Amino acid sequence: MRNAALGAFLVAALALPFVTGSEFWIKFAFTTLLFAFMGQAWNILGGYGGQFSFGHALFFGTGAYAAAVAQNSFGLNAWLGLPLGAAAGGAAGWAAGYLSFRYGLKGSYFALVTLAFAEVFRILANAVDFTGAGVGLFVKLQPGWADLQPGYVGFYYLLVALVLASVWLAWRIENSRFGAQLTAIRENEAAAAALGVDAYAVKVRAIALSGAMTGIGGVIYVQFYLYIDPGIAYGPGVSVEILLVSIIGGMGTVLGPLLGSTVLHAASELARRVMGDAPGIHLVFYGVLLVLMVRFMPDGLIGLLKRRASRPAEAPRA
Amino acid sequence: MLEFQIFLPAVVNGLTLGAVYALVALGLTLIYGVLHIINFAHGSLLMAALYAAFFLKDGLGIDPYLAMPLLVPAFFAAGYALQRWVIGKASHGKDQNVLLVTLGISIVVENLALYFFRADTRTVETPLSYEMLDLGFALVPWPRAIGFFAALLVAVVLWWTIERTDLGRAIRAVAKERQGARLVGIDVDHVFAMSFGIGTAVLGAAACLLLPSFYVTPGVGNVFVLVAFTVVVLGGMGSFTGALVGGLAIGVTESLGGLFLGQALGQLGIFLIFILLLLFRPTGLFGSRLA
Amino acid sequence: MLEAQGITKRFGGLVAVSEASLKVDAGRIVALIGPNGAGKTTLFAAMTGFHKPDSGRVTFDGADVTGLPPHVVARRGLVRTFQIVQPFGALTVRENVAVGAHLREPDRKAALKLAGEIATSLGMGAMLDKPAAALTVAGRKRLEVARALATRPKLVLLDEVMAGLNPTEIDDIVPMVRAVRDAGTTVLLIEHVMRAVMQLSEHVYVLNQGRMIAEGAPREVAARRDVVEAYLGHGAANRIAGTTP
Repeated sequence: MRNAALGAFLVAALALPFVTGSEFWIKFAFTTLLFAFMGQAWNILGGYGGQFSFGHALFFGTGAYAAAVAQNSFGLNAWLGLPLGAAAGGAAGWAAGYLSFRYGLKGSYFALVTLAFAEVFRILANAVDFTGAGVGLFVKLQPGWADLQPGYVGFYYLLVALVLASVWLAWRIENSRFGAQLTAIRENEAAAAALGVDAYAVKVRAIALSGAMTGIGGVIYVQFYLYIDPGIAYGPGVSVEILLVSIIGGMGTVLGPLLGSTVLHAASELARRVMGDAPGIHLVFYGVLLVLMVRFMPDGLIGLLKRRASRPAEAPRA
Repeated sequence: MLEFQIFLPAVVNGLTLGAVYALVALGLTLIYGVLHIINFAHGSLLMAALYAAFFLKDGLGIDPYLAMPLLVPAFFAAGYALQRWVIGKASHGKDQNVLLVTLGISIVVENLALYFFRADTRTVETPLSYEMLDLGFALVPWPRAIGFFAALLVAVVLWWTIERTDLGRAIRAVAKERQGARLVGIDVDHVFAMSFGIGTAVLGAAACLLLPSFYVTPGVGNVFVLVAFTVVVLGGMGSFTGALVGGLAIGVTESLGGLFLGQALGQLGIFLIFILLLLFRPTGLFGSRLA
Repeated sequence: MLEAQGITKRFGGLVAVSEASLKVDAGRIVALIGPNGAGKTTLFAAMTGFHKPDSGRVTFDGADVTGLPPHVVARRGLVRTFQIVQPFGALTVRENVAVGAHLREPDRKAALKLAGEIATSLGMGAMLDKPAAALTVAGRKRLEVARALATRPKLVLLDEVMAGLNPTEIDDIVPMVRAVRDAGTTVLLIEHVMRAVMQLSEHVYVLNQGRMIAEGAPREVAARRDVVEAYLGHGAANRIAGTTP
């Protein structure tokens, strides 16, 4: 069933730009896919690993700034921004993981500390010149693939590729020793340790991977919008949206973030049409959705589908 | 150079600021101490209370200090309802779910405010707004001074409620041993909701005390949320004394930090302290639970 | 193979284990018994890295493992189960056991296959693809053992695997434990169920209030007055023998 869904997605995704040349829909799809991609990054740490990060913007912003600064201050080619953003995000992930997990932070404390990390970086980015301080950074408009500014359709296909890669990655993780150890840690860290799992090492690996992926997301963002500032880079907006897509779609599943992102952005767009474009409305919507999902569907949409599909006698996720 | 004349007023300023932080943190301490959950919605509820106080003054001319008898019960009820029918139901027993739900609530409240009230900053003027208390070495705006004493008073009231009343006893029982409390006939859901209600009621009081010397925008909650958490962690999750002392300490730190590092980085110190605390001393200075 | 010497563990003012020593030779089944609260599980925890002993030494397979973190101890071949069962609830039985198998087996397919074999050999064949959360207590106990065994340990510490089981279930587990030893894994078990202790163990240690008070062959130890009194209270041995109250 999963393969069928994926196949359908692929077909739809490839066809989209031909079905509608509308810039609006391509942009909509771009945002949806970008958050599906970054949502998958969060999912690896949060869904599979059970470590909920409330400050994933830390990695997003760091990747974005890395790319922007690399181009602006060092004149590097935009494509180099990708490995740089990944490295920067990964390093931030490793550092956050080192600090948090070495000192045994879990659950709420871990969530809080990630929030604090993101805030610290936001304040720093606001105060420091080399990130453009409060004004932010602009990246020079240089259309074309050579400078990683391939235009709407180009970005769209790039993201389709990235999302597919992220789905493949999650699937690989699910079927690997790393994934087995990661989910074991999520379920019961002490029992996992008793079976020889080095919980610290596995968690750090997960957060570094998650950070690197999210960093790439930041690079793509800055290449698309050609602008970044501390609020966008490190603010709660991105952090919340990233975690929300996995919660809606289903944490710890391969297709959860993609499904969740599609549903979230579609519904959000619908809400905007109904309620107008006022500031804050779509976030109200996100908040309500978050509460409703946690209350009624903690396993997300995929969890719901799975429960419908299997026998009623199956025990639900503990 | 460090002149006494600048240093002392900064400390005094920090103390009055810290008193407000303490007030906000006191409610959070109760909620954390009993429910063992981190209430992300705390900051946005404070913001809602501030707007309520603002509109009472702006629309009905009610002085914020006089609005307390209105706001405190109202926010108590709101907090009770939130815990009983939203947060409690959504948790499914898992800490992380509560985290997410309160995060969701905070997003909803904050953005509803943004939608209805726009992002402008609102302030009120009261007869006391510009009066100063002359301490000799420093001048303290009266609203701030009142806030300081009010924080002490609220801490005492909370302490008395927890230590000397039947409700307080029930709260302590639930905090210590949920199942056991249930077994002796305590309505745990009700106690949870009462605790959350009291914690939110304190916010109502805090808002009334804060408004005259502060401002309100939809984002003001964010300013307080992490600071309040820092205070709670610093003071020791569940200790009122700790929250009080912690709040004052944080206020002074921010004030002195602002003095040395400039406005932009003033709050940075707080977050760094928070992170360091979580890493190295999560039990805080006064350590241990409510009970 | 495993030797604990003079292990002491304090929690604040409470001394949970005091100068406890025991020795388990390779290929044997040894039991650690004692009344509730004697400190048996704490001793297990101290030996496997879950608690750091305040004093004493733990030697395993010739090496000093005192105070090493649990996952390192497990990697060396000393694996424990938990008295209060700790399944990976959302994972299936097979996936649960596979986590253990992965200690020595990096390949996913091979680990799953091995997991299936071990679980089946412990009678869990029918439950392989059910979530662990759906198991009964007896099932979960078996799962604990299966998981531990999947790590191919040299010595396994079984913490009250019989607790909460009815006599039929106990009769099923006893030969299972024996089979584990016969297959090459040394066993040290904490048990309350005396029947099982008598049937299985070759050597018994008795822990009471943190102190090792007796050791020896099962029948001898069970007959000792101080052991009886540890369980039944002061003067019990006399009462049983029919002498003064």
